[in-house]
Formats: sequence, C-alpha cells, structure tokens
Amino acid sequence: MPDRSMIHLDRVTKVYPGTVDPAVEELTMDIQEGEILVLVGPSGCGKSTTLRLINRMIEPSGGHIFFDGEDVTDVDPDKLRRRIGYVIQQIGLFPHQTIGQNIATVPKMLGWDKKRTAERVEELLDTVGLPAAEFRDRYPKELSGGQAQRVGVARALGADPAVMLMDEPFGAIDPITRDRLQNEFLRLQSELKKTIVFVTHDIDEAIKMGDRIAILGERSVIRQIDTPERILAYPVDDFVDDFIGSGSTLKGLNFERVSGLALSSYPTIKVGEAPEKGLRAMDEANREWTLLLDREHKPLRWLRRTDLQRGAGDMTKRGQHIRAEVEPNATLHDTLEEMLNESTGMCCVVDNRGRYQGVVEISDLTEVIRRLRTEAKEHYDALETVS
Amino acid sequence: MDGLLSWFDYVASNLDDVWEATVQHASLVLVVILAATLFSVALGVVVQRHSSARQVALSIAGIFLTIPSLALFALFIPLVGIGNPPAIMALFLYALLPILRNTVTGLDEVSPAVVESARGMGMSSRQQLLKVRLPLAWPVIMAGVRVSSLLVVGIAAIAVLVGGDGLGTFIQGGLTRLGLPGSVESVWVGTVFTVLLGLTLDLGFAAVQRLTTSQGLRI
Repeated sequence: MPDRSMIHLDRVTKVYPGTVDPAVEELTMDIQEGEILVLVGPSGCGKSTTLRLINRMIEPSGGHIFFDGEDVTDVDPDKLRRRIGYVIQQIGLFPHQTIGQNIATVPKMLGWDKKRTAERVEELLDTVGLPAAEFRDRYPKELSGGQAQRVGVARALGADPAVMLMDEPFGAIDPITRDRLQNEFLRLQSELKKTIVFVTHDIDEAIKMGDRIAILGERSVIRQIDTPERILAYPVDDFVDDFIGSGSTLKGLNFERVSGLALSSYPTIKVGEAPEKGLRAMDEANREWTLLLDREHKPLRWLRRTDLQRGAGDMTKRGQHIRAEVEPNATLHDTLEEMLNESTGMCCVVDNRGRYQGVVEISDLTEVIRRLRTEAKEHYDALETVS
Repeated sequence: MDGLLSWFDYVASNLDDVWEATVQHASLVLVVILAATLFSVALGVVVQRHSSARQVALSIAGIFLTIPSLALFALFIPLVGIGNPPAIMALFLYALLPILRNTVTGLDEVSPAVVESARGMGMSSRQQLLKVRLPLAWPVIMAGVRVSSLLVVGIAAIAVLVGGDGLGTFIQGGLTRLGLPGSVESVWVGTVFTVLLGLTLDLGFAAVQRLTTSQGLRI
C-alpha cells in the first residue's frame, strides 16, 4: 500500500452549541489511500460525529480537513459530498425511486449523460451481485435487508468516489447475512482499493474489516491506532484492553498462519517399515508419539510406544485415528481449534495433496503469541524513543 | 314517488341552468383548491421544521375553520365587493387547514435516514425538498387536498349569499319561494348536485393522487 494520506484531519474539534465539553477534541489523524480505517469505541465516544465531520455533515468548530491534499474545510459541502461515498446503517434508499434511479443519484447530479449513467448502474448492480435485469426497475420495498444494503453500497459507489464513509453499515442486519456482506465487501474492496473510513461499535467487526483500527475514547480521543494484529497483541492501556475484551489472544491467532511457523520435525514411520525404526526415532526425539505415514507420505495414525512394541504386523489398526489436520494456509486460530479436538494435543500439517509437512504443538502457538507481543512492544518502545 | 318524479321533471326542464350552475360551482371549488394547495404546501414546507411557527400556522388555519361561514363570507365584501371574489377568499381560508396539516404530517413522516442519505450524497436543500421530501410526503398531502375539496364543495353553496354563483342559487332560490310550485325541487336539485359534484371531484382527485404517487410508495 502506498503510504499516501488521502484524508488528513488536523486538530479537528466539534463543540455543539450550548455545551462546554467538545464532542470531538483536537483530533489529528491520517487515513492512507486504499486502506480501511475502522473507528471503534464505546457508544457516545463521538466516532459517528468524527465520521460525519469528514464529509461535513457536521461542520467542525475548529481545525482543518484535507482531502487528497486539498483543504476542504471551507468548500461547498454539497459538492464535497458528491465526491465521497456515504453509507449509513439505516441505508436510506429513496422508496419512491427504482433501484436503478437510486444508484444513478450522484451520477445524475454530476451531469453524466444517460448512456454513461445507465451503463454505470448496470455495472454497479453486477458488482454487488444483484442481476441488473432483475433488480434495476424494482422498488426498495421489494428488497430484503441484505439486498437493500448491497444497493446502498452500490449507490455510494455511484460516481466512483475515491473515498467512502460507512457508519455501522452492517449494524442492522442479522448475523449470518452480516458475515456474508462483510466478506463480499472485503472481496470488493480488494479490487476497488477505495479509501474507507468505517465506524462500528463491534470490536470483532473492526478486527475483521480494518486494515487499521483507531480505538476512540471519550471526546474521540485516539487511545490506540494500529493494525488489528498489533492492537490485539499489545493493547497500550487498560482502556483499550477492556474494550478489546477477553479473548484477544485467541482473536490475534486469526492473523497468523501455519505457513509462518517453523514446523518442528517429528518422529515418523512409514507403512511396512520396522517398528524398531520408529522406537529409535522416538527415543532420539524424546517424544511420546510417532506418526504413521502411508507410502505416499500421507499421515495415517498416531502410534504410542506400546503400539510399536507389539512388533511387526499391520500397524494401520493400531494407535489413534488422526483428527486434527490442517493445510499451511490455515490460521493458527483454526489450528488451535483442531488441536483441542485431538487427544494427542497436536495437529498434523499436510500440503494441498494431503502429504505430511510437519506437526504443530501447543508450545508452537505460545511461542508465536510471545513473539507477537514482543514485536508489538518493541514497536511501541521504538515509537516512544522517537518521540 | 310523486316527489321524485317531479324532481326529475324539474331537472329535465332546467337542465341547462343546472349544468351551468354545476360547472360554476366546480370551477369555484377548483380555483380555491388550487390556490389553497399552492399556499398550504409552501407554508407547510416553511414551518414544518420550526415548532413554534408551525403551531401558530396550524392554530390560525384551525381558527379559520371555526368562524361561522356566513360571517366569513360577508367579512370580505367590504374588501372586494360582492360576487365570486369574497366567496373564493372565504373558501380559500377554509381549505387551508387539511392541506397544511397533511403537508406538515407528510413531511414529518419522511424517514430521517432517507433525508440523511440524500444530504450525504450531496443533494442541496432544494434538491432534497423537491426530489425527496415532497415526493415522499405527496400521498399524504393529496389526502389533505381531497378532504379540503369535500369541505369546500359543501360550503361553496353559501357563495350565493354574497352574490356568487354555483349550485347554492338553486337552494337559496327554492328557500325564498318555499311553498310555491317547484321550490322544494329546487332546494333538492342544489343539494343533490352538490353531493354528486363532491363525489365526482373526490374520484377525480383520487385518480390524480394515484397517478402522481410513485409506484414504490403504493401499498
């Protein structure tokens, strides 16, 4: 990702008339081109206000907003908003217009000709997975919640804005549909590479959607802003720690993959080989188990010392069936899940053709967690030294 | 039975006059409704978001409705003389409340999320009003127009007392000659044709309401 600031907030402040305490206090923040920055925080922390300050739905009381290097604090807000996609939780489709007319709203305001607008509508419906022929002439009342939200996203993308602001866009949708929409949106974003500011109160959604997460405290003060991995590994203070809640270590394992581990070598024996070979390997490695592989190098059974001591013969009936098996691209979270189901407490790693690659043990995971923490701590220590 | 037959006889022998009075009555109503709609919608848009102003506007429009019609018609004679003008002015005041009230209610009922998204996409206040808020409030406004038109059709019969025309002429003519031949029939002609005109106008406005309301808003 090129490190180019797309949106720059410079000491932006919002004080509502009649109040003393600012809702947003001297917020300075950069949003890089092409990233999803998630604003997350407890309710009332001003995250929505912050989002709405960016497209000046709320006028800042102080500070400056830069948009692609241009100071937009005083430009015509309507013109500014036509350059920024905006998606809200309640979607707000125009019920009196067809889906096609809804999506064409901004292109029409920008004076696109009919042909170009129609093509764009078709393209966008296609992008969000709603066949144009079927949906273009329908009205919003005929859509399910998930479909309406897709149209909401398509409408925000109408004139291909570089920046999108999304205020809890999937907040009012049932968990299963929400998960699907989140995945679809991430896939879409991997192609579109928009600069996105995304507000949510749900830390899990923030971890899933964010390239970076800004955890906001009262008055929209940034408590920590970083990648989800680093925030999970190293919450800077109790506020952030409390907000992430329990299970942050487990959540952190979602970002690490088996392929990133140095797999420990493990005693193995092939079908047809002498049991003594296995016993010797176990002695050398000082292990309790050995892994039986077939002729194609695929894991078959876990064998104990006693299984081998029964002498030569058909070993495929001895020992324990292998329950836990993952491929290198599996996350460590999934790997742990597999391990918990395996009485040996170990997980076999196989390549995409099922051939044995190595074994993951619980100590490998604790090692990763320790490394993540150390790296994150070093990162923050280095930042402190600089400042 | 005799009464009904003689009524039909009366209508048949005075067909031209009845038709002319009905057309006059209808045009009186339509002029009033058109003017009251333009005025009330504009006023409604202006006051809707200001709670004190809308209270004042709705109260005044309500007071107009409580002024006895006879008095209200007469009040305008010193200003504009006799004939249709005082009638139009009085009827205009009567027609305001239902349309004004429904305009305000209709605009209130527009989902804030819809307005928020319109604003968020960069629609100016004017575009939000003309392209989103009024089209969404329109079915409710038209319901108010229909109520006003029914109200005005009935009250317009009084126009005759200030020198106006319309179906009131048959009622008043009959009443002043009560007891003489054809007087009762005359009163009934005025009454029945006023009711029929009211129903016809309501059907007409219902059709307009349907044609001007987006398919996406129909239930």
